[in-house]
Amino acid sequence: MTWWDDVLADPVIREKVPQATLETLQMVGVASLLTLVLGLPLGVLLHTTSAGGLTPQRAVSAVTGFVVNIGRSLPFVILMIAVLPFTRWVVGTTLGWQAAVVPLTLGAVPFFARLVESALREVSPGKVEAARVMGSTRRKILGSVLVREALPAIVAAATVTVIALVSFSAMAGVIGGGGLGALAISYGYQRFNTPVMIACVVLILVVVQAVQIVGDALTRRLDHR
Amino acid sequence: MPPAHIELAALRKVYPARGGDVVALDGIDLAVARGAIHGIVGRSGAGKSTLIRCLTVLERPTSGTVTVDGEVLSDLSEARLRSARRRIGMVFQHVNLLDSRTIAANVAYPLEVAGMPRERRAARVAELLELVGLAGRGDAYPAQLSGGQKQRVGIARALATEPAVLLCDEPTSALDSATTRQILGLIRDLRDRLGITVLIITHEMAVVREICDSVSLLEHGRVVETGPVGDVVAVYGSRLARELIPVPELPLDDARSLVEVAYTTDDVATQDVLGAVAALGDGVEIAAGTIETLAGRRVGRLQLDVPAGDVDAALTRLRAAGVHAEVTR
Repeated sequence: MTWWDDVLADPVIREKVPQATLETLQMVGVASLLTLVLGLPLGVLLHTTSAGGLTPQRAVSAVTGFVVNIGRSLPFVILMIAVLPFTRWVVGTTLGWQAAVVPLTLGAVPFFARLVESALREVSPGKVEAARVMGSTRRKILGSVLVREALPAIVAAATVTVIALVSFSAMAGVIGGGGLGALAISYGYQRFNTPVMIACVVLILVVVQAVQIVGDALTRRLDHR
Repeated sequence: MPPAHIELAALRKVYPARGGDVVALDGIDLAVARGAIHGIVGRSGAGKSTLIRCLTVLERPTSGTVTVDGEVLSDLSEARLRSARRRIGMVFQHVNLLDSRTIAANVAYPLEVAGMPRERRAARVAELLELVGLAGRGDAYPAQLSGGQKQRVGIARALATEPAVLLCDEPTSALDSATTRQILGLIRDLRDRLGITVLIITHEMAVVREICDSVSLLEHGRVVETGPVGDVVAVYGSRLARELIPVPELPLDDARSLVEVAYTTDDVATQDVLGAVAALGDGVEIAAGTIETLAGRRVGRLQLDVPAGDVDAALTRLRAAGVHAEVTR
C-alpha cells in the first residue's frame, strides 16, 4: 500500500473529517444567518442615531456604540467562555456545534454592525437630501436610499464577516464545539496526525474561498457604479 | 406685475455657535414672478446654500416666511411639508442619482413617493425621458451616462411630479462649457413649454447671461443688488453690471490712470461714444473694452488709458457726451 492509500484508509479521514466538515458548515451557516439578521438592524441603528444620521439620538447612539465596543474588544476565546451560562440557557448544553453558534453569533454581530455602519456612512448625503426634497418619508429613505445604495458594500461586509466566522469556528472547537478546528487540534496537533491536519486546513481554505467567490460575485452583480 | 410665485419675506437664518451666532441669511426679501427664470449669484459663503435649504424647508428659517405657489411652506408641519415639497422640483450640482437604480427607476422614484400606481409610472417616465432628450435610455445605469446626460436625468426626475417651481442648485457647475449651454438651453425650453418658474443658484455669471430674466446678488446673507437682467446691466458701476459685462483684465503693474466708460445704445450710439473718446486727444487710448447684447439691450464698457493730468477734463467731456464715466484706477 502506498502512503496515499494509507491516508485514505485512515478511519479519522474517512469518517471524522466529513463529519467535522458538516459541523463546521452548520455552525458557520447558522451563526452567519443570525449575524446578518441581528447585525444589519444594529448597524442601521448605529448609523441613523449618529450625529449626521436620519434621526440623531445622542443617548441611544452612545449606549449602542458602547455595547458594540464591548463586544468588539473582548477576545473571542474569552467571550466564548464568558457566555457559557448564557449558551447553556439558550441551547440547553455547552457542547456540540449548536452550542458554538451562540458565542459565534455574539462575537460576530458587533463586528458586522460596525461594518454596516461604515457602509451606510459612505452613501453620499446628497442622495439622502434629494430623497427628502422629493418628499420621502424617513422609512422610505432608509430602505430605498441608504440600505439599497450601500447594499454592495453591505454584501462585501457580510463576506468578510462570514469568513471571520469560519476562523472563529475553528477556535470554538477548543471548548467542544466540534467542527474542523476541533479535529485539527485533537488529531492533527495532539496526536501528530499530519494528514488530518492538512485535510482540515485544506477544507477550511476551500470553505473560505467559496464564501469569498460567492460574496464577490454577488457584490459585483449589485454594484452598478 | 403678476403675483409672485416664489416669495421670501424677511427671511433670516441664524446658527447658534460658540463665540457668537452666525447669521447666514440676514433678512432676504425676494419675489419671483410665475414663469420667470431668476438667478441668485454670490460668492461661496454668501448664503446661497442656506437659502436653498430654507426654500425647501430642509432647514427651518429662524424667522420670516417662504411662500411657494401660494402656500406658506415655512409654517407647515413635517408631514404636510412632505407633500408640499412635491410641488417643488430640485436639480442638484452633483445630480444625486441613485447608483443602484436604472435611469427609469431614478425618474420613477418621486412618483413612487407620491404614490402613483406602478402601471401609470412607466408611461410617465417614458414621457419625461423624451422631454429631456433621453428617450430609450431608461434601462441604462447612471454610471453609464456622461455628466450632461446625468443632469438631464436629474431634471427629468425633478419634473416628474409636475412641480410648479424648479429649484436649480449650481446645475452646471460640474459641467464643461458646451454641456452647460445644452443644459441651460433645456431648462429654458422647459420653462417655455411648461410655464414653470425657475430659480437658479449659481456662482457662474455665464448662467445668468444665458438664461436668467432677473437676478439677485447675495452677499453676507443679504440681497445687495437685484432686478431684471436688462436693468441691472444699465446700473453702471454696480457689481452685477461689472460682472455680467466683463472687460478683459489689465496688467496690475500698469501705473497710468484708467477711466471707465459705460453706456447702453438706448442712450448713445457706440459710434458717438468712440467719437467722443477720439476727441479727447492723442494721449488717450482704449486699453480694453466690451460691447454686448444682453436681455435685448446693447451695453458697452471701455477702459481708457488717460495721462494723469488729463483725467478731470476727460471725465467732464465724456459725461457731456452722455456716457457714464468714472476713474477706476
